[in-house]
Amino acid sequence: MAGSSLMDTLFQRTLEDLIKGLRLHLIGESAFISKAMEDIRKEIKSTDPHTKSTALQKLSYLSSLYFYDMSWAAFHVVELMSSTRFAHKRIAYQAASLSFDENTPVLVLITNQLRKDLISTNELEVSLALECLSRIATVDLARDLTPEIFTLLSSGKVFVRKKAVGVVLRVFEKYPDAVKVCFKRLVENLEGSDQQVVSVAVGVFCELALKNPRSYLPLAPEFYRILVESRNNWILIKVLKIFAKLALLEPRLANKVVEPICDHMKRTDAKSLVFECIRTVVTSLTDYESAVKLAAVRIREMLMDDDPNLKYLALQALSTVAPNHVWVVVENKEIVIKSLSDEDPNIKLESLRLVMMMVSQSNIVEISRVLLNYALKSDPFFCNEILGSILSTCCRNVYEIIVDFDWYVSLLGEMSRIPHCQKGDEIEKQLIDIGMRVEDVRLELVRVARDLLIDPALLGNSFLYRTLSAAAWVSGAYVEFSKNPFELMEALLQPRTYLLPPLIRAVYLQSAFKVLVYSLHSYLLQRGITERDFAEGSDYAQHDASASLNQEEGFNPRVLNQSFDDLSVEHGEEISAGHGQASAFDSLGTNSFSDESIMNMINLIELAVGPLSGSLDVEVQERARNIRSFIELIKQEMVDCLAQKEESLDRNKTEVSKIIKLMHDAFSSELGPVSVTAQERVPIPDGLLLKENLEDLETICPDVQLPLLNSFSFGSPQSEETNGDSLPDLQNKVESEPSKESTSLLAQHRKRHGLYYLPSEKKEISNDYPPANDLKSENDRNNDAENLVKLTEQSLVPKKKPSNAKTRPVVVKLDEGDQVSIAAKAQPKDDLLSGAVREVLLGNDTNDSLSQSKPSDRSSARRKGKEKLNLDSPSESKENLDDVKKHDDEIPSSRKNKHRKHGKERRHKTSGNVLDEGGENSQKGKEKTGHRHGKHKARQRADVPLNVVSQTPVIPDFLL
Amino acid sequence: MIRAVMVINTQGKPRLAKFYDIQAVEKQRELIRNVYGVLCSRAENVSNFIEAESFFGPDSRIVYKHFATLYFVFVFDSSENELAMLDLIQVFVETLDKCFKNVCELDMVFNYSKMHTVLDEIILGGQVLETNSTEVMKAVEEISRLETASNAISLVPKSVSSWRSR
Repeated sequence: MAGSSLMDTLFQRTLEDLIKGLRLHLIGESAFISKAMEDIRKEIKSTDPHTKSTALQKLSYLSSLYFYDMSWAAFHVVELMSSTRFAHKRIAYQAASLSFDENTPVLVLITNQLRKDLISTNELEVSLALECLSRIATVDLARDLTPEIFTLLSSGKVFVRKKAVGVVLRVFEKYPDAVKVCFKRLVENLEGSDQQVVSVAVGVFCELALKNPRSYLPLAPEFYRILVESRNNWILIKVLKIFAKLALLEPRLANKVVEPICDHMKRTDAKSLVFECIRTVVTSLTDYESAVKLAAVRIREMLMDDDPNLKYLALQALSTVAPNHVWVVVENKEIVIKSLSDEDPNIKLESLRLVMMMVSQSNIVEISRVLLNYALKSDPFFCNEILGSILSTCCRNVYEIIVDFDWYVSLLGEMSRIPHCQKGDEIEKQLIDIGMRVEDVRLELVRVARDLLIDPALLGNSFLYRTLSAAAWVSGAYVEFSKNPFELMEALLQPRTYLLPPLIRAVYLQSAFKVLVYSLHSYLLQRGITERDFAEGSDYAQHDASASLNQEEGFNPRVLNQSFDDLSVEHGEEISAGHGQASAFDSLGTNSFSDESIMNMINLIELAVGPLSGSLDVEVQERARNIRSFIELIKQEMVDCLAQKEESLDRNKTEVSKIIKLMHDAFSSELGPVSVTAQERVPIPDGLLLKENLEDLETICPDVQLPLLNSFSFGSPQSEETNGDSLPDLQNKVESEPSKESTSLLAQHRKRHGLYYLPSEKKEISNDYPPANDLKSENDRNNDAENLVKLTEQSLVPKKKPSNAKTRPVVVKLDEGDQVSIAAKAQPKDDLLSGAVREVLLGNDTNDSLSQSKPSDRSSARRKGKEKLNLDSPSESKENLDDVKKHDDEIPSSRKNKHRKHGKERRHKTSGNVLDEGGENSQKGKEKTGHRHGKHKARQRADVPLNVVSQTPVIPDFLL
Repeated sequence: MIRAVMVINTQGKPRLAKFYDIQAVEKQRELIRNVYGVLCSRAENVSNFIEAESFFGPDSRIVYKHFATLYFVFVFDSSENELAMLDLIQVFVETLDKCFKNVCELDMVFNYSKMHTVLDEIILGGQVLETNSTEVMKAVEEISRLETASNAISLVPKSVSSWRSR
């Protein structure tokens, strides 16, 4: 044994050897490390402390920088901790603070070692133990070592004392009762003359006060003294942070600290302190005009600074101040807007946030316009940030700031064409939402949707799919606003739609169906009317007439016709409508729903939808079949109807028109927005137990997945076939293959010859992926910033709402459903610690009811455990505690320290919990007197008259 | 408080990592990788702050400083001042510079343990302990002295003991 130990010692690699080796083995690194780990595993078992410590040092190194687990070595760490040699001890302590956590089982073994080191005469050993404790202290360790820490808090050596003060934070957090012991000494350290110790102590109070400021109000005089007297920036920053919290709670305190804070702001050169002063003013002292003015001056200085850090932080300060004092932002708007094109992403984002804060009803149009220009020229990430913030700002509170919805809808259309736009989901949501909520905007909405649908280039961009889906839905649902249903149908069925994902394609098909039904319906109506009396034209006729006037703009029959020819050639099929239609189309100008155009539409649908009824996707297949069966139903009659024009009057009431009327009615009932809480309002029927039933289902068929969707169309013979017979399906598939190929060939062909299936309003030829939309090209982009500055010149200044020429249309809102009404309950985050602190500071436990009302799970569990322990016999209690895991390690110690347990129980009692079993009657009496009188004690201490009794806990002004 | 201190080189290799709230090693690796991913995507001469809520949870920010081949990264929450943290990085680097006389990455590679000693004198359990690099140096030197002293004594007795136990 000794021999091997010697060999280990002589030939052991040191940490330096290991590092050198790692640098040599850059390629086979992991193999080298596994080898080293093997060695370490052997060496660490050595009885020689030197070998052991070297092994442990190597292990810590690998664990820390190469992320190898070292929890297995915990016991060796503990062994080495007790080494008498400082070098070994230090390695062990470092390893412990690196690798131990709450669940490390050997933690219970180190209590004594830590205690020994804490009371050591060697201050470096003490400091090792304190450092370790500051990271790994558990409830047990904190409780057991509180006395030693208490002693160290008044140590004569600054080096030790400051570390002891730092450790207190962790100890309080783990074991709140330590407050009773240590708090006074901690406060004393605040008063000490040594800046190092004061700095750490203030830091500790800052952490504590951030968690629960109210408890530390009584210490305000101490902090105030430091604020006025100290010239150490580190200390001042922390004190300012404390006052930022306290001033919010106690207005009189705010009044008191404003002056010294302003003094610091005027006097100091340290940017960090200036910034902290600014932050304190803009968060907590916003009512003090003079302070805010001074802060505004310093913010401006920071904004003008070349240092991007200062600029960034100043922008942040601006966004904090904006809600209360917009003028500060307005004063600096030029810089803010220029920062939008800063090279620093942080600054850009922050200024974007600020610009969005300045948005109001009156300037949203201009700001959005300029921001969109920025979006066009910035990188994808920032572009989407801009789009996202415009979208979220505009839809806030049911489009509160939007007056002109026509504008907004076209803005949405523009946005979706921006090349980097990835906000398709949001745009989709808003397009549909606006369609449902705002009736007046539908005409424009349909126009925007048409522009999107009609551009074949957009179909190649996958980010646009969601928007296109919304456009398709909108134009189907509000087809009555469409200027040209034929054109729309063309767009919905254009060959490139095969690029769309099936679900969106299904939306396209459904919309095509709606357009078809609408067209047929209008056609029939119109025929009926024209044949009777054109002069007495109904709304429909007028509408159609106006539609026909606009026809020439976007509708080119020749191209349409050409496309038909092409298609028919590709398919090698005979299409009745394919020939000799050109002349018929020429007459189209006067009457929008001519016989031929209707027949054309039907033929087009048959042609485009036919192959889809064999689609692999159920949604697409189903809808395609719906349309086909519908056409089958009406087609024959329509042909007849066309053939015998004279008799059409009689035929007006035929079956066809009945069917069409039915379908039209079915589609014309409007969909409305759905309240967020709609589902909650559905009463659960008696006897329906949702959960249980579902559980049953689970047990009955555990591995059944979602039910397959069967095509469920209008009961046409074809749909029945699919259920039983797979042959037609197969055929369809075979058919659809070539057709798909052919359509893509067609697309290629068109691309090559610059011929487009659909007329596009823009003359340029779109390529496969939509080019950067050049709607901005006419704008001089360099002037954007100036433009925005100029425009905000007027609009940002808070002024009266301008009288808009356009009145805001009605936006459908649902009672409370639109706002998420579940208000977050403002639960004061009160815990045991703050309770303990208050107890010490105010000498009572007024806070207990609060902390008890919503204690953290941990503490309640713990308390429960202890309660039980006290009531039951120890053996029973152990069983009871089994479920309260994690805390079983507390049992022995709680048995040890009976008086502390009582302390806990006492708090438990006063909260009025019903756990009043016998057993601590002796305590009860004390409790009742102690309870509720604490407040008075506090008042006495603060020299406030006793007779003032008020309901709200009055915080005495300690500064007066 | 300060949540973590990292030193990462420009290739993404960690040179020092200390987490003040306990993290599993796998999580540490992931965090360092994430932080490095953000760091190396940032241009020079931009601000030194990064929003870190996506890696480190709510209320956390990162400040970093780039020296030669190394990034010094501090992760902290709202109880620290951003600019003060930037200064603290400066203090840390200054102290290392005093320690190693013109510190470079190689010093940090081979003096892993000393770096920890320095850091432990500046930050204790996430709290800023000392901001004066001279004070820090004093403590570090004292620790090294005691360490070498204890090792020097150990050399003879150790070999003797192992011979004797034979």
